[in-house]
Amino acid sequence: MTQTPEIKHEGPDIVSGRLAASRYAENFADIHPPLAREQALVEANRCYFCYDAPCIEACPTGIDIPGFIKKIATDNVAGAGMRILEANIFGGACARVCPTEILCEGACVRAAQEGDPIAIGRLQRYATDPILARASHPFARGAPTGKRIAVVGGGPAGLSCAHRLAQLGHQVAVFEARPRLGGLNEYGVAEYKVPDRFARREVDFILGIGGIEAHANQALGRDVSLAQLRQDYDAVFLGMGLAGVKALECEGESLPGVANAVDYIAQLRSAEDLARLPVGRRVVVIGGGNTAIDIAVQTRRLGADEVTLVYRRGPEMMGATSHEQEFAQVNGVTIRHWAKPIRLRAEAGHVAAAEFETTRIEEGKLVGTGAAFSLPADMVFKAIGQSFIADPLETDRLDALELRHGKIEVDDQFRTTVRGVWAGGDCVARGLDLTVEAVEQGKRAAHSIDAALKG
Amino acid sequence: MVDLSINFAGIQTPNPFWLASAPPTDKAYNVERAFRAGWGGAIWKTLGEDPPIVNTASRYGAISYKGLRVAGFNNIELITDRPLQVNLDEITSVKRRWPKRAVVVSLMVPCTEDSWKNILRRVEGTNADGVELNFGCPHGMSERGMGAAVGQVPDYVEMVTRWCKQHTRMPVIVKLTPNVTSILPPARAAVKGGADALSLINTINSIVSIDLDLMAPEPTVDGKGTHGGYCGPAVKPIALHMAAEIARDPDCHNIPVSAIGGIETWRDAAEFMALGARSVQVCTAAMHYGFKIVDDMIDGLERWMEKSRYDRIEDFRGRAVKNVTDWQHLNLNYKTVAEIDQDLCIKCGLCHIVCEDTSHQAVAALRNDGRRRYQVIESECVGCNLCMHVCPVEGCITMKPVDTGKPALDWTRHPNNPLRQAAE
Repeated sequence: MTQTPEIKHEGPDIVSGRLAASRYAENFADIHPPLAREQALVEANRCYFCYDAPCIEACPTGIDIPGFIKKIATDNVAGAGMRILEANIFGGACARVCPTEILCEGACVRAAQEGDPIAIGRLQRYATDPILARASHPFARGAPTGKRIAVVGGGPAGLSCAHRLAQLGHQVAVFEARPRLGGLNEYGVAEYKVPDRFARREVDFILGIGGIEAHANQALGRDVSLAQLRQDYDAVFLGMGLAGVKALECEGESLPGVANAVDYIAQLRSAEDLARLPVGRRVVVIGGGNTAIDIAVQTRRLGADEVTLVYRRGPEMMGATSHEQEFAQVNGVTIRHWAKPIRLRAEAGHVAAAEFETTRIEEGKLVGTGAAFSLPADMVFKAIGQSFIADPLETDRLDALELRHGKIEVDDQFRTTVRGVWAGGDCVARGLDLTVEAVEQGKRAAHSIDAALKG
Repeated sequence: MVDLSINFAGIQTPNPFWLASAPPTDKAYNVERAFRAGWGGAIWKTLGEDPPIVNTASRYGAISYKGLRVAGFNNIELITDRPLQVNLDEITSVKRRWPKRAVVVSLMVPCTEDSWKNILRRVEGTNADGVELNFGCPHGMSERGMGAAVGQVPDYVEMVTRWCKQHTRMPVIVKLTPNVTSILPPARAAVKGGADALSLINTINSIVSIDLDLMAPEPTVDGKGTHGGYCGPAVKPIALHMAAEIARDPDCHNIPVSAIGGIETWRDAAEFMALGARSVQVCTAAMHYGFKIVDDMIDGLERWMEKSRYDRIEDFRGRAVKNVTDWQHLNLNYKTVAEIDQDLCIKCGLCHIVCEDTSHQAVAALRNDGRRRYQVIESECVGCNLCMHVCPVEGCITMKPVDTGKPALDWTRHPNNPLRQAAE
């Protein structure tokens, strides 16, 4: 229930505690609760155990999906979980955050047959949960090689790389700019996708292999430099993700009440008590990716009355999958397509409305139509994408480190153009910036580093 | 208008769906519920001599196959554990209240003429429609020289059948055990002894599973288990084969048969009837879903008969018998090859991998511009059907007859057969 906030005659309506205390836990609980054994068996038995299975090909980490599902069907749940984690140490997070409808489940032959693919993500969670809940780590470290590797960034790319390196017998130091490891799983995705501190438990699980020192609050370019890391370590892996947020480039962008979606989500994810997190009554989100959906739905679930997501193109162009778009709509988010922001208007020094111009495609280009509309807003969130900030790399001093499209250039083994430096995850110029891709890139970089150091 | 009523060795019932002698027919309460649901008849759970036997806990084991429960079923329950007179009184009252439904009484007593004579006399007093001699029960009672212990010895089958025919006016149905190498010797013995009808199959010797924690068979009785009788959908193929053997046998083909074994649907029933059965008996399906399953058995059979223009069961009964033959009479010049409907194919690749790994390497796995395509190599295809069976899409793989231009040729005349019959 929305509580009537104090009547205000001017200024934005931004308050905390819009909901009854009990509603927060409900609104931010797991959106896909775990499968019970009976459900998992029924689902696992739907799998055809395909030859040359399209789902495996659709998984960036190449998990043997029919193989692990067959094991679930025979009650060999531990074997299933290990089959997943061998390919993807973030199997737990990926089970929760992967856009499976465009990956494994989208490729499932059952989707072609009857529009109802195997619930691979949920089965993956069923198989991995018990292993993450174990006291002991299931993978052994290889015989010590005496090599030391620095990993910059404690997100999925960095930790996947670190874990595989540790498995291969190397000593790893992870440098993370934020207080906690986990990257976007910890700070960036919606709470209800990874509730109950899942990201932290998963980080603890991964570090459980041993041989990985974690240095939190150590930012590249501030606390450590790439030059120093190259000197002190046998190899460096860069997995620092995207620190920048793209600007709207419209008037009023820096008004109070206008914020980056990723920053607010990070605040929400770190909040000890969601009832104390202020949220506007009317929220406007600009953007069309998963971050836009995550901020829109989460502000709704914090009690915002009106949440409107505005995207400059049509639904099929949105970065968020159709499944995510539907999820937002079911949660009461209004999605408006074909409009771009032209001005954020202030009242009493705080944002009060967002003005948009409708758009259309003309000769292959997105153009304004001249028609405008205004949405009253207590808060405006920017979610039009993130960008890589290269400054901490001091590329002026490392002129050999090349960027492409503003991101780090790597080869197919995730080597940068600087000797001894590898990179993976969102900061490299590859893929769709999915968690599962970051995991794969970190893993493949680890093997490349291993080969280089042993060679 | 389709008429499902039958006359089975003089027993008239409104439809051919009877409940087999088993737990569902142990008491008047159950049998009357069945009749209210529409069952045409019931074989009362086997009566024996007093004092009654004692049953165990638990009594059932089941096979779950990929989430399908009770695909196969097994029991170690014995015959009725209630006093004889209690059963006889209930049979009398049920028959009085349901005169148009068949109440047949299953019997199992020791192999002495007096035992059979005495019990038959007492059953006659109930006005039951007939008796079924339980020569099939494979567990427990067989250890005491009854049930399958009789059914496995054709001389005993003939002897007991003859006694029964001498001592009762009621039709005598002999229930056969499948736990024999050939069903024909006991079936012929029953015919020779004067049986009015046969029913088959009783349950099959089985252990459904081993509990790997207890290291004991299931069902487990205080840490130990024993073999039981297997039934349910899994046994239907075995029952069909035995029904066909009897239908084809010159000594047995005229005797009325009540078919038993994994019958759950009208289609199952129609298949047994196509092999000559006049009535069918059901147990496991009722024990899985309750008595209401008979509704679709009746309705489905009627609609199928109407569509097929059969007015009475006799119109199609036994029609498949002439097409059951020995392997040596199959046409070896008949060829088919698999055909994959590419529009229906969902690219699971099972047709390829099973042919590649376990058969004739006749389904190619191709990639055209990265897209999967599974294609039959007709020159390698022997028409075995394996791909068709594993394909999860109904109708996607079919077997296409190929005109070889050769006349029909069976093994008896095939040049590779050293014992071939000389051509005329």
